[in-house]
Amino acid sequence: MDVSTPPAVAGAPAGSFVAAGMIAPETPPVSTRGVWGWARAHLLGSPTQVILTLFGCWVFYIVVPPLLNFFIFDAVFTGTGRNACLPEVVGRPVGACWPFIGAKFNQIVYGFYPEPERWRVDLVYALGIILLAPLMIPKLPYKRLNALLFFGVYPVASFVLLTGGNLGLQRFLLSAAGLGPVFSSIGQALGLRSGFWPDYVASTLVIAAIAAAAAPVFAGECRSFAKAVLVTFISLGLVLAAVDINFGLPPVETRVWGGMLVTLVIAVTGIVASLPLGILLALGRRSDMPLVRISCVLFIEFWRGVPLITVLFFATYMLPLFLPGQFNIDGLLRALVGVALFASAYMAEVVRGGLQAISKGQYEGAMALGLRSSLMMRLVVLPQALKLVIPGIVNNFIGLFKDTTLVLIVSIFDLLGVLRAAFTDPNWATPTTVVTGFGFAGLFYFVFCFGMSRYSLALERRLDRNHRN
Amino acid sequence: MSDASLPGGHEPRRWSWTDPKLRSLVLQGLLAVILIWMAWSILANAQANLARRGIASGFGFLENSAGFGISQTLIPYNESMSYGRAFLVGLLNTLLVAFLGIIIATIIGFLMGVARLSSNVVIKALASAYVEVTRNLPPLFQIMFWYLAVLAALPNPRQSLSFGIQPILNGLASGAAGIGLTPVAAFFSNLAGMVAAPGIFVNNRGLVVPRPLFEPGSEWVGWGIVAGLVLTFVLARWAKRRREATGQQFPVFWSGVALIVGLPLVLAFATGMPVAFERPELKGFNFVGGVRVIPEFVALLLALSIYTAGFIAEIVRAGISSVSRGQSEAAYSLGLKPGLTMRLVVIPQAMRVIIPPLTSQYLNLTKNSSLGVAVGYPDLVAIFAGTTLNQTGQAIEIIAITMAVYLTISVLTTLVMNWYNRRVALIER
Repeated sequence: MDVSTPPAVAGAPAGSFVAAGMIAPETPPVSTRGVWGWARAHLLGSPTQVILTLFGCWVFYIVVPPLLNFFIFDAVFTGTGRNACLPEVVGRPVGACWPFIGAKFNQIVYGFYPEPERWRVDLVYALGIILLAPLMIPKLPYKRLNALLFFGVYPVASFVLLTGGNLGLQRFLLSAAGLGPVFSSIGQALGLRSGFWPDYVASTLVIAAIAAAAAPVFAGECRSFAKAVLVTFISLGLVLAAVDINFGLPPVETRVWGGMLVTLVIAVTGIVASLPLGILLALGRRSDMPLVRISCVLFIEFWRGVPLITVLFFATYMLPLFLPGQFNIDGLLRALVGVALFASAYMAEVVRGGLQAISKGQYEGAMALGLRSSLMMRLVVLPQALKLVIPGIVNNFIGLFKDTTLVLIVSIFDLLGVLRAAFTDPNWATPTTVVTGFGFAGLFYFVFCFGMSRYSLALERRLDRNHRN
Repeated sequence: MSDASLPGGHEPRRWSWTDPKLRSLVLQGLLAVILIWMAWSILANAQANLARRGIASGFGFLENSAGFGISQTLIPYNESMSYGRAFLVGLLNTLLVAFLGIIIATIIGFLMGVARLSSNVVIKALASAYVEVTRNLPPLFQIMFWYLAVLAALPNPRQSLSFGIQPILNGLASGAAGIGLTPVAAFFSNLAGMVAAPGIFVNNRGLVVPRPLFEPGSEWVGWGIVAGLVLTFVLARWAKRRREATGQQFPVFWSGVALIVGLPLVLAFATGMPVAFERPELKGFNFVGGVRVIPEFVALLLALSIYTAGFIAEIVRAGISSVSRGQSEAAYSLGLKPGLTMRLVVIPQAMRVIIPPLTSQYLNLTKNSSLGVAVGYPDLVAIFAGTTLNQTGQAIEIIAITMAVYLTISVLTTLVMNWYNRRVALIER
């Protein structure tokens, strides 16, 4: 305060706005460096801050040590029955009863899948990891082939491995039109089980011929139309052949599937089936044709507006009524149909977001190159849009993965369903069985969903960076 | 492509298969044929299947007697009443749990969302842990966890946990005695003797709370609440107009609280306390009196609120971070305190980002309330698509009605949302 009047201001007239003296320097701001500075900024800045910090520490104290005690320090790790986990028998407070999980582990992973056939489930798990891991690492090459293997070949292979395949297909299109006896006699002559394959070949040729004949109507070339039909039918034929051939695997009914197997089957089927359906619906929603657009909007909004559980009830009770009498579809398949319809509506909205993010210039550029609309979508728009929505697809998958638990309401034993059934086992009736089971299932779901969400965040950041360059 | 405009001697073609308009018409016609064929075959199959199973279709069954009891009813209901009445009971139960869940989830979610942005690392870490754990566990898992692992492990009615002011005061008294402060302990135990015994009990059969008894004259209290709400609304409008005209503030919040809480209280005293509470009492093995809230409801409400709050916290956090720093810096340089800056500058702008995803979370909560069927909460799905469907076999009608209810709720919400979005949308030049 002993600053003397500076000379420049000394001559200023009285009553002016000019200050008569220098303002005292402010105290330097409190240092935010060092341990103490950091603590002041983040923990102890003001009385409120101190109270909040103490409160937070108290919450931490009442939550974490008891959890650690329960699941690790007081837990029982070995034993063969409930006696190992009863406090009266052990003579100390008992936390989690891990032998319960050990005893039920096979059920949790395979459900009631017959013991000698479990290698098939293992193989499906292993194949899934081998195909999915390189697909998820952005740096690795051959993404196209990898995606084809995962989304095209893997589901068929898993279907054959898990059910045993060997469907014994009976009839195809022309048999339905009344030519059945002809083809079954041809099949017999060729030493086949039924008239399916002769029928399939004949139907393919007939449809290819029709397509070639109709080509001029749609301003296309006869040869390219026929080729497109042939390619479609040959790939479909390969899939059908895979499920029809008798590989000698004993059939396993879906009733005995359960646990993690069912959880993963539903989640993966949902995502694999919903991707193409969702893309079609999203394209339809942006179409210029009013009928196509309205049907797609209605379809999407309907499935998004109802809870999944009513969709599962629909699939379980209503779907069988809607199909011709001779169809008797399997309980798991019904749930899968419901999940696929439900998931495709959500997928359509994710894809639509990607389509909307593509600038108009891309469409115009493609049109200026003379691409027709289907090629424009396939070569220009969709590759960019789908890359943008990968994080959205992963998030959708997380949601679907959590939603698979709902199938236990329609009596399909997923991971949670198997656990709930295991809780009633009198051999393991201890006070901590239920909490142990929930602890294990919770860890499974958490690790999976949290990992996926971190992955999706990392992808988002990567895409964002690519976009800016 | 019509070449009518081209110069040349050709006769202009009237139409061509490559005309996009015609092609789109043909494709749509094809789609229409396929859709109609699908609808027709579904109808025909359904009719044939129903006839084979001997189920008569139609909505007549709604008037038949239901014949099953329901563990939680908001409107009078007994077994002899109709399926239609049971439907109404279920619908109300769904709406009840959704409504309360939305309120609780919003409160927890906003707290956690703000806590995630706190500069205090401990609070931030706790909020982050909460959000990550609740969002990454399936809702059904959480419902079953609360029902099977927590509520089922509570003591039986005779050893109920009781909640009220008295146990807290007793706890304080024993705490004070523990550290040797005898006079303080005596003070707290005296205080505990003066207040009433606890009225809220928690046990493995649910939650027991006092039942309000409405005597004649209690309608005045109800009118008091309505009048308080209306007056607060009018007051807020007036205060806003005055603030915009003169810049003077008015304590709307506290006067609103005074009106909404105070007015009914004054009326209650004036009419001689017409609202009394019937306290639950332990008689034998169970409680007599009071209202019993079934454990299924408690589990469902807790799980739904906690699960959805995780998502709401993320929405709130994103909304607040979306308001640029310049806004709060400008507010500080105008001299607003941090609290006022938050309330007057940041939150109103954040709400524009928060509200649309918040509504979709509310819808999700309403839809997820159908998961109560897994623990036996008598909601719409459990009563109608569960029990009623099993008893009558009217699958098509029942599932259609159930889906229609949820669709109506979501369509109504969407309409309100669109209206709101148009109202708050930024008007850009």
